[in-house]
Amino acid sequence: MPVARAAKIEVSFTLNGAPVTVRALPMARLLDVLREDLRLTGTKEGCGEGECGACSVFLNGRLVTSCLVPIMQAEGARVETIEGVADQPDVVPIREAFVACNGSQCGICTPGMILATTALLRARPNPAETEVREALAGNLCRCTGYVKIFEAVARAAEARRGAAGGVR
Amino acid sequence: MRAWLPGYDLLRAKSLDAALRILADGGGETRVFAGGTDLMVLLESGDLPPGRFVSVWGLPELSGISVTDAHVTLGALTTYTEIQAHPVLRAEYPMLCEAARLTGATAIQNRGTIGGNIVNASPAADSPPALLVYGAEVELISAARGARWVGYDGFHTGYKRMDRRPDELLRAVRLPRTPGGSGAVHFYRKVGTRGAQAISKVMIAALGRRDAAGVVADCRISLGSVAPIVLRCRKTEAVCLDRPLTAEVIAAARAAVMDEVTPIDDIRSTKAYRRVVSGNLVAQFLALLAK
Ligand SMILES: Cc1cc2nc3c(=O)[nH]c(=O)nc-3n(C[C@H](O)[C@H](O)[C@H](O)COP(=O)(O)OP(=O)(O)OC[C@H]3O[C@@H](n4cnc5c(N)ncnc54)[C@H](O)[C@@H]3O)c2cc1C
Ligand code: FES
Ligand code: FES
Repeated sequence: MPVARAAKIEVSFTLNGAPVTVRALPMARLLDVLREDLRLTGTKEGCGEGECGACSVFLNGRLVTSCLVPIMQAEGARVETIEGVADQPDVVPIREAFVACNGSQCGICTPGMILATTALLRARPNPAETEVREALAGNLCRCTGYVKIFEAVARAAEARRGAAGGVR
Repeated sequence: MRAWLPGYDLLRAKSLDAALRILADGGGETRVFAGGTDLMVLLESGDLPPGRFVSVWGLPELSGISVTDAHVTLGALTTYTEIQAHPVLRAEYPMLCEAARLTGATAIQNRGTIGGNIVNASPAADSPPALLVYGAEVELISAARGARWVGYDGFHTGYKRMDRRPDELLRAVRLPRTPGGSGAVHFYRKVGTRGAQAISKVMIAALGRRDAAGVVADCRISLGSVAPIVLRCRKTEAVCLDRPLTAEVIAAARAAVMDEVTPIDDIRSTKAYRRVVSGNLVAQFLALLAK
């Protein structure tokens, strides 16, 4: 069967604040480029089809599932992974709350959970529980049963508000 | 099984004109790539035929929501997140906002586009019933023939078939302002296994208004997941129009819609369930309208 054969392309983008250029097939998943080429393995693969949220990253500041982003579309974009986000001042309390509340067990879902929580709390610092459930509905967890995750988000929201005055 | 990646080329269009030229040069073989939330799933499962794609993601000519006295116009690349955040859409088109809120979850809503949802043409897609009821029109544009507007009602001609040539890009969707006038009832329900990430078993978008005498003056009902295409239930609407909403009329409408839908058995649900739920949803809508 004759098929067009795609050539590798150069893609330049900002990754966790620093410029990078990669060579990859245009339809390669951002997820694979991050993990295999750039060795940022904090971004996890669960389902590979947009359902589980383990591969979440920020693309131009918005939460997306990197398994559904072809690398070509990262050209010129701002990509942030858990490695770049985890130490940001307003994210540290989220991380700490997940630890304190046992919101993480095996940890596969955790980077995605932290990013989804970050996206939520940046938009809504004081969410109702229904809003928390809706904001994390795209992140599946096989271990915790979710209750401890929702507790962690509530605790993180409180800590961020307390620490605030300053934090975003 | 995952696809063999070298079989897929993805070109970047730098402008609308460039995208149209790439589509024209492709001789009907080049396909459009927007947010990728349908296409990448097919790629992963090995169900995406190999070939060439053109990415339109980020093109300003296909982005943004604009409002005039007559219409609200959504660029094809408008995401579900943008729909939910727009004040005019929230005020006048609550069913479209609700459909957007119930589509996937946050990460999908940040990437999935209204244009992709329309052209993917799944009869189970969540926004099309709302678009139908709101009287949407879509704009198609090609290098060879320029732009044309067509009514969304009639755009889908059969399962995954539509009034779109391979070299045509969907550029925008527009909705007439204040559908149904003030005081209209907008009723949207998605029935599925869970709120997020679930493909619907049945969904309804319905809009109605009664006049001062209690007679139904406007009635538009659309159902998803119950036919090869998203369905506008004109026979059921005719049962209600110009009548007061008595128990008999509601019962007749329930029977009419159960007759009008042509659902199938599939992995998500059964024909029988879908038929009964269609009747229940229409009865629920009319009961609300009767209040
Ligand atoms: C986890 C998950 C959950 C989902 N949940 C839902 C849900 O609840 N409800 C629902 O309705 N859908 C759902 N979807 C499906 C999908 O997100 C939507 O259909 C979305 O709107 C597709 O838009 P896109 O831009 O990502 O499309 P793409 O994947 O980029 O394209 C889809 C199709 O449309 C064509 N196309 C795209 N844009 C244009 C254009 N401007 N002109 C011409 N052709 C075009 C493409 O060629 C392709 O055939 C879900 C998907 C995932 C992965
Ligand atoms: S791996 Fe991307 S959403 Fe599951
Ligand atoms: S902690 Fe194991 S999947 Fe969530």
